[in-house]
Amino acid sequence: MLPAPFDYKRASSAAEAISLISEYGGDAKFLAGGHSLLPLMKLRLAAPSVLIDIARITDLSYIKDAGNHIAIGALTRHHDVEFSSVIKQHVPLLAHAAGYVGSPQVRHRGTIGGSIAHADPASDLPATTLALGATYVVQGPNGTREIAASNFYKGFLESDLAEDEMLTEIRVPKMQGAGWSFQKFNRRAQDWAIVGVAAWRRGTESGVALVNMDSTPVLATGVSAALASGSSIVEASQLAAEQANPSGDNNASAEYRKHLSKVLVRRALETASA
Amino acid sequence: MGGSILGNRVLRKEDPKFLTEGGKYVDDLLDEPLLANALHVTYARSTVAHGKINSIDVSEASQMDGIVAIFTGADLDLQQVPSAFNPMATRTLLATDKVRYVGEPVVAIVSETRSQGEDALDAIIIDYDVLPALIDLEKAMASDLHLYEACGSNVVFDTMVLGLPDNTGEAYFADCEVVVKGRFMNQRVAPCPLEVRGAAASWGENGRLTQWLSTQHAQGAVAPIAAANGVEEALIHVKTPDVGGGFGAKIGAYPEELLLGPIAKRVGKPVRWRETRSESMVALGHGRAQLQYVTIGGNRSGKVTHYQLWAIQDSGAWVDMGTILAPFMTRPMSSGVYDIPNIECRTTSVVTNTTPIVAYRGAGRPEATAAIERAMDMFAAKIGMDPAEVRRINLIPKFLEPHTTVVGQTYDVGDYETSLNKALEVSDYAGWREKQKAARARGDVKQLGIGVSIYVEITGGVGNGEAAKVEILDNGHALIYTGTSPHGQGHATAWAMLASEQTGIPMEKIDLVWGDTDLVPVGTGTMGSRSLQQGGNAVFAVSAELVNKAKAVAARLLEANEADIVLDKDSAAFHVAGTPALTKTWSELAQAEKSVGGALSHSDVIGVTGATFPFGAHVAIVEVDTETGKVTHLRHFACDDAGRVLNPLLLEGQIHGGVAQGTAQALLEEVVYDTDGNPTTSNLMDYAFISAAELPSIDVIHMETPTPLNLLGAKGIGESGTIGSTPAVQSAVIDAVSHLGVDHIDMPTTPQRVWEAIVAAN
Repeated sequence: MLPAPFDYKRASSAAEAISLISEYGGDAKFLAGGHSLLPLMKLRLAAPSVLIDIARITDLSYIKDAGNHIAIGALTRHHDVEFSSVIKQHVPLLAHAAGYVGSPQVRHRGTIGGSIAHADPASDLPATTLALGATYVVQGPNGTREIAASNFYKGFLESDLAEDEMLTEIRVPKMQGAGWSFQKFNRRAQDWAIVGVAAWRRGTESGVALVNMDSTPVLATGVSAALASGSSIVEASQLAAEQANPSGDNNASAEYRKHLSKVLVRRALETASA
Repeated sequence: MGGSILGNRVLRKEDPKFLTEGGKYVDDLLDEPLLANALHVTYARSTVAHGKINSIDVSEASQMDGIVAIFTGADLDLQQVPSAFNPMATRTLLATDKVRYVGEPVVAIVSETRSQGEDALDAIIIDYDVLPALIDLEKAMASDLHLYEACGSNVVFDTMVLGLPDNTGEAYFADCEVVVKGRFMNQRVAPCPLEVRGAAASWGENGRLTQWLSTQHAQGAVAPIAAANGVEEALIHVKTPDVGGGFGAKIGAYPEELLLGPIAKRVGKPVRWRETRSESMVALGHGRAQLQYVTIGGNRSGKVTHYQLWAIQDSGAWVDMGTILAPFMTRPMSSGVYDIPNIECRTTSVVTNTTPIVAYRGAGRPEATAAIERAMDMFAAKIGMDPAEVRRINLIPKFLEPHTTVVGQTYDVGDYETSLNKALEVSDYAGWREKQKAARARGDVKQLGIGVSIYVEITGGVGNGEAAKVEILDNGHALIYTGTSPHGQGHATAWAMLASEQTGIPMEKIDLVWGDTDLVPVGTGTMGSRSLQQGGNAVFAVSAELVNKAKAVAARLLEANEADIVLDKDSAAFHVAGTPALTKTWSELAQAEKSVGGALSHSDVIGVTGATFPFGAHVAIVEVDTETGKVTHLRHFACDDAGRVLNPLLLEGQIHGGVAQGTAQALLEEVVYDTDGNPTTSNLMDYAFISAAELPSIDVIHMETPTPLNLLGAKGIGESGTIGSTPAVQSAVIDAVSHLGVDHIDMPTTPQRVWEAIVAAN
């Protein structure tokens, strides 16, 4: 339960962090809150030779009202997302979901950017920001680019981030009064979701994303399309698992996950439509 | 004179330390002079469940930074050691020829720092001829491939070998109107003490070995440590620092601990070892793991006349304590609280390629209770009678003289019906049944389940008494030496209450010494809910005798007749009856004894005449989401009768913790292996260790039926909560979906299992 030897560098700005990662390449990893990376290193499932600590880049921890969206610095802690009055007012689904990440201790260390960049399909915030149609801003040696959440997740713990790029900001469209629900199904309060659903609905528009139903978070566009074309919630929720390919583990078989996703999507939409 | 302190909610003396500076565990012994410059030991463990070792290559690892030495079993010249429970099964402390489970230690690495040892693990190459892994109990029982060839079978213990008859099968139930059969898996669980195992060893210039252990029984570790080192027991000194939980898994000494002395001798320096959580999950013993075939028969009026149990106990890969729990703990308790005229119980213990099974909170009794309680529920369902009512019909009537069951177990005292009545009344059982009926009539998605269990168990069955010594210091403080070994139970508080009651010395002036075999050479440790009724009883008796000794000294100093000396407990001072102005304090008496070359102390081993049989009734209320299968434990009512209660606060703490662990078995926890024998629950993310968030508020219902078997009237309470809660919670889950056609769900009743049971019943 001790990690393999590694070097430690601390970056004081995004530019310095990118310069360091360019220097060390694929052997280096960014360390933010450490709640995804350090357990993997302690179990020796990951063994980066260099850790670039970005946790003290304070100018990447912010929450700003940017007009039609809320801009969140990548190093903003889950706790701050959960209790931000700006996020609670304009993106209440995200504030609520952030309150389900791990335990209070985890939420005081873990960051929204770290969670998204780690691209774990079982994490709550990748799917939540996906459902909300977020855009991620990433910075690399040649400047910044924007990636739609729907184009970001490429595979299990794999994203569109290049080796020398860093996620710096998450832009979440304001929900404009949409109804919403976050359904997290697990056996213990602190666990990852066995299946989770983040959903919002406003008139004919909706967004539904699934946690832990595939190697990436899944945007259940079939459900939204069915709702838009007049299907009932019960009918639409039957399509929840259509775009998902879940696997089985000790907690749930693939079949059970599919079943759960339908029940939870239905419940989420019922709440979001109430 | 003030009232007795006994029976009061006295706050724990231990807590200020644990809540402020924290405990000092084995791994915290950083300023211990005997461990200066200690090296670290790391064990390379088997990564295959079953295999023959072809070769071990440590050449690369031995060249790595900080590596001082690497030892295989051959390097240490380890000999085959027979199991205490089946001498045909033998092993070496490091596997030499064969590995039998994932996690079995094979190589010991000695390094300057702990991380260097972990780094070297990856460089050690062990080549195996992999053998088929025997994980499934019944397949292992039938297999021609034997873990221990000399045993000629994977069955390593059976009640038939004890001369007990085999079960007779269906013919046994020929006269019954109603017969119900069940197959229950009382699943394998991991004890998960918060402090994992740790140990350290240092040889002194005097040729003695000091070994620190995170243990429940230091005195019991002396003989195996002496044997592992090939020295006399007098040369072994075991010390127990604070211990962060044991639950039975830290009773015996493990190979990783026994090897530290030989390793320290070879490297010429003290060594220390502390396992990681991932290691602890596979190498600390597991608990339960008993497959049960149950048949119950009786008449339609609810009287049970016949009960048959075949308990197939998984021993794991070593013939450890778990092997004998089924024959000697489950079988004697197979009748439970019921007056069943005909019982057959066979037990069969089987080795498999899994972590060895040891004692775990309840140790054989929870399995007995779970089997009979589940059988009672199935019988009640079959005849359409309320499960609480069927139980009532079959209870052994109240008895205050010893009662012997048909399986030959004698219980001390019992009043099971009162405990049932209390639990039903306080929980408002009838009210919950009404609410359940309404929820069913409405067809709610979330349905209520109500579970009842009644249990009786064995406590204080280990040991025939306990050693205690009470010594008065010059300043009038008292020091108690006890052979018990607290690791969370609160003995420092409880024993101080008992000594204070006898001597009048205030509790804050009484301290406790335990777990150091030089200071307390005789002791049976803490296990099997024995401590208060044997250890506390001894402190109580020895303190009383010390008061008599003190009276003799006071008589001498006051020039009075010993019979005229009285102890005023309010002032903790002695005087001659009728002349209270002239006193002698404990301090003055201790100094007087010292001045004549003596000491004011008393030491004795106080015997007890037998085990006690605490009992109780639990009612669990759960809510089951019938669409997802998720269970929420809403309320839990526990009526546990542990005889006379010394400190209700400590009692409630034991019940709360017990109910938590019992509920965890019913709802969440299970050690799982894949078909190749790889553990898939080897950390606290994958293993569903319960947390406070999954537990309801627990309602403790007090009941006291004192036992005549010790001075205190006390029975054990350490395991009762675990024993009573598990069947109540499991029963509640099944009850919640019984109207949908579900008659059984094995533990843990995970959401998927509940959902599958509902789907299958449709």
